[in-house]
Amino acid sequence: MSGTELLSDQGLRIDGRKPNELRRIRCSLGIFAQADGSAYLEQGNTKVLAAVYGPHEIRGSKSKALHDKAFVNCQYSTATFSMGERKRRPRGDRKSTEMSTHLEETFAAAIRTELYPRSQIDIFVEVLQADGGNYTTCVNAAMMALVDAGVPLKDTVVSCTASLVKDTPLVDVNHVEQSGGSPELVVSILPHSGEIVYMSLTQRFHIDHLSKVLDTAIKGCKDIGVILKEIMKGHLTKLDTSLQAS
Amino acid sequence: MDMLTSKIFLRKTKRGKVLKVVREHYLRDDLWCGSDLCKKCNQENSEVLDDAPLSSSTLCACPHYVVVDTNVVLHQIDVLESPAWKNVIVLQTVLEETRKRSTNNFKKLKEIMATRKDNFYVFVNEHHKDTYVERNPGESANDRNDRAIRKACSWYQTHLEESQQGRDKKKKIQIILLTQDFKNREQALKEGIPAYKVDEYVKSLKDFPDLQEKLAASHSEDNAENREPLFPEHWAPTRIMTGIKSGKLLQGIFHCSRENFLEGSVSVEGQDKSILLQGHASLNRAVDGDIVAVELLPEDKWTSPSGIVLEDQEDQDPGDQIEKEEALLSNSAKGKDRQPTGKVVGIIRRKWRQYCGILLPSVLAEGTRHLFVPAERKIPKIRIETRQAATLSSQKIIVAIDSWPRTSRYPLGHFVRALGNIGDKDTENEVLLLEHDVPHHSFPETVLACLPSMPWTISQEEVKRREDLRNLDICSVDPPGCTDIDDALHFRELSPNLYEIGVHIADVSHFVRPDTALDKEAANRGTTVYLVDRRIDMVPELLSSNLCSLRPDQERLAFSVIWEVTPNAEIKKTRFTKSVIRSRRAFTYAEAQCSIDDPLQQNELAKSLRGLNKLAKIMKKNRMDKGALQLSSPEIRFEVSTETNDPIDVISKPMLDTNSMVEEFMLLANISVAEHIFKHFPECAVLRRHPVPPESNFEPFLKAGKTQGFTLDVSSNKALAASLDAAVKPDNVYMNTMLRILATRCMMQAVYFSSGTVAPVDFYHYGLAAPIILISHLPFAGLYADLLVHRLLAVAIGADVTYADLLDRKCVQQLCNNLNYRHKMSQYAQRSSVALHTHLFFRHRVQDEDAYVLSVRQNALQVLIPKYGLEGSIYLKEKDEDSKPAFIYNPDVPSQTCGNITIRTFDRIVVQVSLDSKYVQHQKIAVHLVQPQIAGLSVEAIKTVNDSEPIPKKLKAGK
Repeated sequence: MSGTELLSDQGLRIDGRKPNELRRIRCSLGIFAQADGSAYLEQGNTKVLAAVYGPHEIRGSKSKALHDKAFVNCQYSTATFSMGERKRRPRGDRKSTEMSTHLEETFAAAIRTELYPRSQIDIFVEVLQADGGNYTTCVNAAMMALVDAGVPLKDTVVSCTASLVKDTPLVDVNHVEQSGGSPELVVSILPHSGEIVYMSLTQRFHIDHLSKVLDTAIKGCKDIGVILKEIMKGHLTKLDTSLQAS
Repeated sequence: MDMLTSKIFLRKTKRGKVLKVVREHYLRDDLWCGSDLCKKCNQENSEVLDDAPLSSSTLCACPHYVVVDTNVVLHQIDVLESPAWKNVIVLQTVLEETRKRSTNNFKKLKEIMATRKDNFYVFVNEHHKDTYVERNPGESANDRNDRAIRKACSWYQTHLEESQQGRDKKKKIQIILLTQDFKNREQALKEGIPAYKVDEYVKSLKDFPDLQEKLAASHSEDNAENREPLFPEHWAPTRIMTGIKSGKLLQGIFHCSRENFLEGSVSVEGQDKSILLQGHASLNRAVDGDIVAVELLPEDKWTSPSGIVLEDQEDQDPGDQIEKEEALLSNSAKGKDRQPTGKVVGIIRRKWRQYCGILLPSVLAEGTRHLFVPAERKIPKIRIETRQAATLSSQKIIVAIDSWPRTSRYPLGHFVRALGNIGDKDTENEVLLLEHDVPHHSFPETVLACLPSMPWTISQEEVKRREDLRNLDICSVDPPGCTDIDDALHFRELSPNLYEIGVHIADVSHFVRPDTALDKEAANRGTTVYLVDRRIDMVPELLSSNLCSLRPDQERLAFSVIWEVTPNAEIKKTRFTKSVIRSRRAFTYAEAQCSIDDPLQQNELAKSLRGLNKLAKIMKKNRMDKGALQLSSPEIRFEVSTETNDPIDVISKPMLDTNSMVEEFMLLANISVAEHIFKHFPECAVLRRHPVPPESNFEPFLKAGKTQGFTLDVSSNKALAASLDAAVKPDNVYMNTMLRILATRCMMQAVYFSSGTVAPVDFYHYGLAAPIILISHLPFAGLYADLLVHRLLAVAIGADVTYADLLDRKCVQQLCNNLNYRHKMSQYAQRSSVALHTHLFFRHRVQDEDAYVLSVRQNALQVLIPKYGLEGSIYLKEKDEDSKPAFIYNPDVPSQTCGNITIRTFDRIVVQVSLDSKYVQHQKIAVHLVQPQIAGLSVEAIKTVNDSEPIPKKLKAGK
């Protein structure tokens, strides 16, 4: 193994967290005036901007229009300066395209698309700084932006990662833990119903471990959900007071 | 859960490019101090650090906790092992630094902390909100760590102060920093933290006066600067790194030559030929096993191995001088086959461990500086300081190396512990087990708890789950005196043209369940080690020689492989099953042979054996045709006296048909099982492979063949087998065996591996000519690998379920690496055990024996005495002596000529064997030439073996 010990004997992870602790979350809503809804979300050192446009008329080829529901269009991109080594293309590579598709599927499941037939909702996410859990942070940021835009949702979507080190599940893994060779499980859920809308695993591990890693990830999702809800409430009260003042 | 205060810091690392690494670093307020007296910390259970510790130090009489600095862990780890240490705080900074600087010490420290949990407390200062320190601009990492340690000390001081207000001043607990670093100590004292040097502190522990012997030698006082350096300087690490990157330097593992202590080689990865090193300056303080950086010399300075046998034989302490090396260097310069030659410019990583050995008798017995002679010939002598020389001189002791400064002829070390009296068989056994890193402590309680309770019977449910084979005529064939019978065979005729044969292996996996203490212990031991007079079991004896021993007339659980074969040994059908069996009889090889040969015996078992034997012969022939090698290594057995357990006679192990019969079926079972589990688990099957040796390995073998006029073809295993078969001389029967012994030495080590980690092309087993194989032709149950195989097979046939680690490629490979290591070591241990008993055997004997010349060196003959499987050297000339008859060395043949007598490789000679007990400390087998007679060298043949016979005239007159 390389020189890093992901979980010390004292039960602390490399950055000082316990296995079941999330990274610090900071979020602000409504940061772009141009977009219908926008959000900036930090989970530790992973920082993401999200902007939502729509629902609006189908742009480009009309053939994409769906007669009974809205078409969700997502774009996942990573800033060239987001990692230690400079990235060549911010979007359009295989990885980004795959992420975009996953986002589209996730949000098609969460947005009440049936309210807006023949229209389109655009979600743009940009990873400004990458430190593990990029996809989950994007999902969470996009969800906040959708809330900011006032798009009707069946339920909030929250996403979280989990990993496994020395038979102990870790929640919300950072870049070091992710690249240290341990598996990473990504889960997105609808916290009220508990439905899993997205799940992926980067590596094989024995099926005996799956349930506890999955439980850890879901617990992480719910914790994130609680924090994000608080932030939403704070934002709305602030809006409320500023409206009343004017 | 969110009590995180966060802090982000920047770190730059250099990896070719400068990368900026940004990592989060959370600081916490829920890390406790671990002290019993603390009222502030919210800690749960009983704490590590005592409420009112007692001080046994005269230096610091008040109660105190000890904080150790990193350099203490790095340099004085042996001292820390002592029970003298109580109430020690290990800071995370120290742990991390140790980890970075020395994996070995880190492991040891962790072990110490695990075994003595009540005395060592780890304080995670790096993540504590009050003790974290940020690196100042311009500050070195080292200085920052020192500062962090001091900060933690002063935090403890104030933290505990608050809980013990009102205590008597004399009873207040102090925090003491132990360090070896002068600057850190100075700084600490300035900041008001009591700090001591470790050696001062250890010497002041009045209850443990012996502890100071274990202190690592500190060479700072040794007025080293005033003395002339004996060795060239080692380069700085950065210079070495750039050198390696640019290709100017090569990195490799240093191997000291067995025959010549001034010579060694460095095997560089990816290079066929290793690099030769000669002389003190070139070896430059490298110790066998170290990873070193070498610089190649210009090609005109390349030489060949000197060919002389040289031992560092100073019986007196020579002081710090280097003896002349002319004898070595003048001889070696102009060889024909010159090798790349180089010199060590730096040590990348030391592989020092603890060494067993003895003290060299010193002129000044009252003095404290002594020389230590390791048992392993490849390790240099070590200088240690001890006051107990008088008592230790008759004992085997363990010593660790601390450093090897430029001014010292020998590395400096310190005494670790004594094992027992020299010459005691128990002590010597202990030494060889330790030297080969064989875990041999008795099984702990937790392991024994996993065993089934006695009396043990097979439950009805278990029988239902298994195939009942108790009706079959199963028998086992093993060496005499074997108590762990792990395999048995059966044979029956299904129809005239179809036979059924079965191999039954004791089902160890039934008793050793995954993830139990028993399993972990077995995994660590890896293999059962068979010494001449005892066996070091992998699993407790109850299993190995009772429940997992297929004893006759007892019901046992087994794993069975059953084939249907035609009389031509063609396999029609293979199946595997878990079974219950009852062996009818346990044969020895000789008894089985008797039953086969004796036509009067017509019982079922005798018939079965005959059938098996016939099939085995056909199978063996098929395998030989495919190119399997028949190699040879001398194997002997000791006849041991029942009373004293001392060896009284030596017999070489006879090879009977039945030996190879059992081998053949084990091999067949192996291959069948290997194919089956590989089919089911292509990613994680545990297999064994025997890599094809590189051509260069065969050089000494080819040369030896040439002297006897044989051309040997080593292009493939088949060609090799054929040319070995052809190389027969009617007048020298043993010659062919000798050739096979030499060929064996050219082979690569067969290794275990997990199938997912090696390309299938490399699965081939060279020696056995099998495309895929599990274990060599050894029986099953003595190896942990077999246990893994059993489990995999059980899953493959649906008799068991998998568990996480079994299917994890990396875990399996890690296990395999340990197994390979243990397996190799156990073989070395077995060899050493045989050597030890040979010594004991010759203690009161002098005998004339036939011997064969294994190789001819410039100043010596290496001979093999087949009767004892013993190798020895006959020195033809000494370095400082002309009185010997003049031998003329011809390096091309190679041969030694004196007058009209010429000695070549493989020549048969007669030698006299005795135990050279001139040095009580270091006995060795002495071999003297008897025939051909050469005046001044050979000794008189003895007529009768007599215990009171005086030991013949020494060859080494100069000594």
